[in-house]
Amino acid sequence: MKKLFALVLALALCLSLVSFSHADDLIKVGVVNNPPSESGYRAANVKDFESVFTAENGYELNTFYSIKNDEQLQAASGFITDGVDVLMISAAETTGWDEVLTAAKEAGIKVYLFDRMIDVPEDLYEAAVVSDMAKEGETAVNWLLAQNLPEYKVIHIQGAMGSDAQIGRTGALDAQFEAGTMVKVAQQTATWDEAEAKNIVEAVINSGEAFNVIYAENDGMAKGAVAALDEHGITHGVNGDVIVMGFDCNKWALKELKAGNWNYDGQCSPFQAQIISDLIKGVKTSDVKKIINEEKGFDAATITDDDIATYGLGED
Amino acid sequence: MSEMKKAMKKSGNIGQLMIPLIAFGLLIVFNLIRDPSFFSIETKLNNTGNTVLAGNLISIINGASELAVLAIGMTLVTAACGGQDISVGAAAAIAGSVFVKIVRGAADVNGLTVILAFLACCVVAMIFGSFNGMLVSVFRIQPMIATLILYTCGRSIAYWINGGATPTISSPITSAIGSFIPGVPIPTPVIIVAVMVILFNLLFRFTTLRLYTQAVGINQSAARLNGINTTMIKLLSFILLGVCVSVAGCIGVCRLQLINHETLLLDIEMDTILAVAIGGNNLGGGKFRISGSILGAYVIQMLTTTLYAMKVSSTDVKAYKAIVIILLVVIGSPVVKRWFTKKMGNLRGAGLRRAGAKEGV
Repeated sequence: MKKLFALVLALALCLSLVSFSHADDLIKVGVVNNPPSESGYRAANVKDFESVFTAENGYELNTFYSIKNDEQLQAASGFITDGVDVLMISAAETTGWDEVLTAAKEAGIKVYLFDRMIDVPEDLYEAAVVSDMAKEGETAVNWLLAQNLPEYKVIHIQGAMGSDAQIGRTGALDAQFEAGTMVKVAQQTATWDEAEAKNIVEAVINSGEAFNVIYAENDGMAKGAVAALDEHGITHGVNGDVIVMGFDCNKWALKELKAGNWNYDGQCSPFQAQIISDLIKGVKTSDVKKIINEEKGFDAATITDDDIATYGLGED
Repeated sequence: MSEMKKAMKKSGNIGQLMIPLIAFGLLIVFNLIRDPSFFSIETKLNNTGNTVLAGNLISIINGASELAVLAIGMTLVTAACGGQDISVGAAAAIAGSVFVKIVRGAADVNGLTVILAFLACCVVAMIFGSFNGMLVSVFRIQPMIATLILYTCGRSIAYWINGGATPTISSPITSAIGSFIPGVPIPTPVIIVAVMVILFNLLFRFTTLRLYTQAVGINQSAARLNGINTTMIKLLSFILLGVCVSVAGCIGVCRLQLINHETLLLDIEMDTILAVAIGGNNLGGGKFRISGSILGAYVIQMLTTTLYAMKVSSTDVKAYKAIVIILLVVIGSPVVKRWFTKKMGNLRGAGLRRAGAKEGV
């Protein structure tokens, strides 16, 4: 009886080995990313990678999510030891990656960076697919200039100071303030906090100062600002007194746009997986290492339901 | 002699509210000098077509609502346990997430769903409150350490509940809770605070909770020897704080019609503890006054609003707030108070002696 049991076990083991060897025709990829709970952006980013690097598309996906750089480093080393074919990284911090990436290179593993750059020599990775936050700001400000308002009195609500998104999205608007084409009514950071954004706008309204544009560096803060406008009976959006601008393209924010409550929403695309997959399979090639992910800006007047379905992040 | 004792007792009672009242007075005078129209209140027609009150004063009492509600519960915990709960912000994020989850799950949002959602988030907040309370009362862990656990993991738990980053809700009822009820010019959060204050006052009036809480806070062993279930009283304070947390969480969610588990009532635990301290309550437990804490909450909000009105950069607001708060807390400290009473006593004594001398002549 015992022998029979052992035989069965041995058979099962062999079978499992066979099934494992089947997986060998798949491209084994390791993804090191931040956890989906970090933000709506990240949740969409993680989902994007999980939906592109599937067995149907010819991949065997291994993932690791952490906001801690040292844990990410360990996981990356682990993937190298496991013998992945491709390693993809969105690092928590820009430093400390030299050693791991050199090891990957020596092992013949292709490395792709996405969403965030790392401070390493360019020869250590194949390509980096990233967003250009400064360009996002420029796109938004150019859209605003194209509205041809007689005057621009702007309340500028910033994200957490020093973050990439804040620096990028602030730059273009600051240039306008300096050039004198737009007037800075208030420029305050709400550190991505919706309630704080509401307080900032409320303070301006109570002071009696006039304004006609709200430029919030993410959707949540734009929503907070609009709550303050609503309470004080100031109209906003299409045909309103105040132009409302947000960033990130959450699904619910694009719906506000469609309803005409807001005017503009700038995209920060979390969709890098398809580009990387194309690069791996040789469908696409790139002359430059740093590939800027193309990003759009949506106008309330032209947005369609298809746009919302395609580009909207998260649930509605 | 007994007259004097009574007088001293009386002054002692007002003494507790002295600091927040002085702070209030100073802020009012400062603002009136800076900008006489600061406190002007006007009526406006808001975007939903209601006539509502607006102005800095309204912004202050409205904006402080979550803080005031939390300060009530925090005062109780402080009094009973001689320590503070630092997980209120994280717990409010959990409570708010539960509220949003249920409202979003309902096919049709009506009054009943909102009440059910609130009750569910109340129950959840009370469960987390009793978890904290158990650690403190049964296992005798220091409140700050015990609540550190929920402080660290609370916002992740809040994320799991909804699974998305910023789920939104939209219903006329929730927006009425967060801003204005049609036909009522006062912001709803202000009304909610008033209701909470009344409820707690009734609780204190018709139960022995206040007496028992103070007894436990002043001397736990004496309270136990007198037959008070000290474990129960401490646990109860955390459960009542849980109720406050769920109310504050719901107000926060309804204000914005969205929940961001990372930013909802961010850093509010520190402001809440400050409100209790500015309110003149002993952070080591014992006697307490809810009114002091609520005044403290309004002082903090008034300070923030004043700084914003002065166009202070929001990155600097925290630093300025810290300076003012250090001053308030130092003035309210036992050392300064003792020095002050001594000086007053000396003056009074001198006055009495002079009066006595006169009578002698």
